[in-house]
Amino acid sequence: MAERRPKIIGFCCERHGMDSAVLAARTGKQFDASVRLVQVPCAGRVDGIHILQALEDGADAVFVLGCLEKNCYYDTGSIEARKRVEYVRQMLAEMGIEKERVEMFNAASTNAWAFPEIVAKMVEVAKKLGPIEEGERR
Amino acid sequence: MIVAKRKPLGEIVEMLAPYQKITVIGCRSCVAICLAGGEKEVKMLVSALKIKNRKEGRKQQIDGFVVERQCEKEWVKEVEERILDSDVTLSMACSLGAQTIGDMYPKHLTFPGLNTGMFGVPEEQGVWSEKCIGCGNCIIHTTGGICPIARCAKSMLNGPCGGSANGKCEVNLEVDCAWVAIYDRLKLQNRLDLIENFTPAKDWSTSHSGGRRIYVREDAKLSQHQKKGKEAVQ
Repeated sequence: MAERRPKIIGFCCERHGMDSAVLAARTGKQFDASVRLVQVPCAGRVDGIHILQALEDGADAVFVLGCLEKNCYYDTGSIEARKRVEYVRQMLAEMGIEKERVEMFNAASTNAWAFPEIVAKMVEVAKKLGPIEEGERR
Repeated sequence: MIVAKRKPLGEIVEMLAPYQKITVIGCRSCVAICLAGGEKEVKMLVSALKIKNRKEGRKQQIDGFVVERQCEKEWVKEVEERILDSDVTLSMACSLGAQTIGDMYPKHLTFPGLNTGMFGVPEEQGVWSEKCIGCGNCIIHTTGGICPIARCAKSMLNGPCGGSANGKCEVNLEVDCAWVAIYDRLKLQNRLDLIENFTPAKDWSTSHSGGRRIYVREDAKLSQHQKKGKEAVQ
C-alpha cells in the first residue's frame, strides 16, 4: 500500500512568502509537492478561522508564511499573523490537539533555501503526527 | 458594556459531550466588541469543536450563528426554530443572553459558553477594564467622574487609604490607586474641596444584596389591553 501523503496547507503572503516559494522552484530546489499553497495579500490577512477551517476540512498541518518581521511589506502583517497563529495553537492545546500542527514562518524573497526547509519541517511534523482522526493513525 | 471571556475549551467540550445536535448562538452587542462571542468567535468555536470531534471520531451536528442582541426576546424569537431544533444551545452571549433563551424556552437546555466578567470599557485594542459594579446609586459627580466602588480595591468612599503609595494600590502594585486618580481629576477640575467632604456609609439597598433588582418605567410599560393587542398582531 502506498504511503499516505500528508495534507498540508500553507498560507503565503504574496510578497516575500510567495516569492520565496517561486524562487525555490525557479532555482530547482526540491520540496514535497503535497503542500497546497494559498496566496494571501498579506500574512496579516490570515485569521484564526482560516487556519481552523483548514484543519476542520481535513488538513493535517497548516502554516502561515509571511515576510521577515522587520521587513514586512505592510509593516505589521507578519506580527499580526504570528499572534493569531499563537492564539489558534493555544485553542488546539486546550482541546488536547497537538499545537505543532500549526506554525508561523517568516522568509525573505531572496532566500531560495527557506521555503524547502519550511516544507520539509511541516511534512516531518505531519508525518509524525498523522491525521487528526485518532482512528486513522492506528 | 458587559465584558466576558470564552470559557476554557475543555470545559465547553465536556459540557456538550452528551448531546448530538448543538446550536451555538453569539451576540452582536457587547460580547462582539470584547471579542468573546461575536460572529468570528462563534465561527472559530464551531470550527474548533468540529476539529475536536474529528479527532475523537464523535458525531455531533454543530451549527453556529449570531443574533443582534441575545438579551432581547424579539431577536431570540426570530431564531426560535433553530434553537428548538437542537438538543442543546450554547450561548456565546453574556449570562443575560443565555438566561433570556433559558427563560423563553425553559424545557430546552441552554448552556453558557462565556464567563461574564464585568461592566467595563475598551481601554485600547484587546484591553478592557472595569469601571462600574452597578451598585444602583451613582456618586461619580462627587469623585471627578471616577467610580471608587469599582476602581478602589476596598471600594472606599473616603480615600485614599494608608496602602496607597506612589499612585499604586497595595493590593496589587500594578493597579492604579483610584483615590489618587480622583484627587488628580478633582485638581484638574478646580474642585479639590470635594475631597475634604466626608461621605457617610453607603446605602447598599440599591445594590445586589437585596436579591434580583427590577426597574420599571410605568410610562413605557404596556397595559393589559395593549399587550393583548400586540399579541393579536403577532
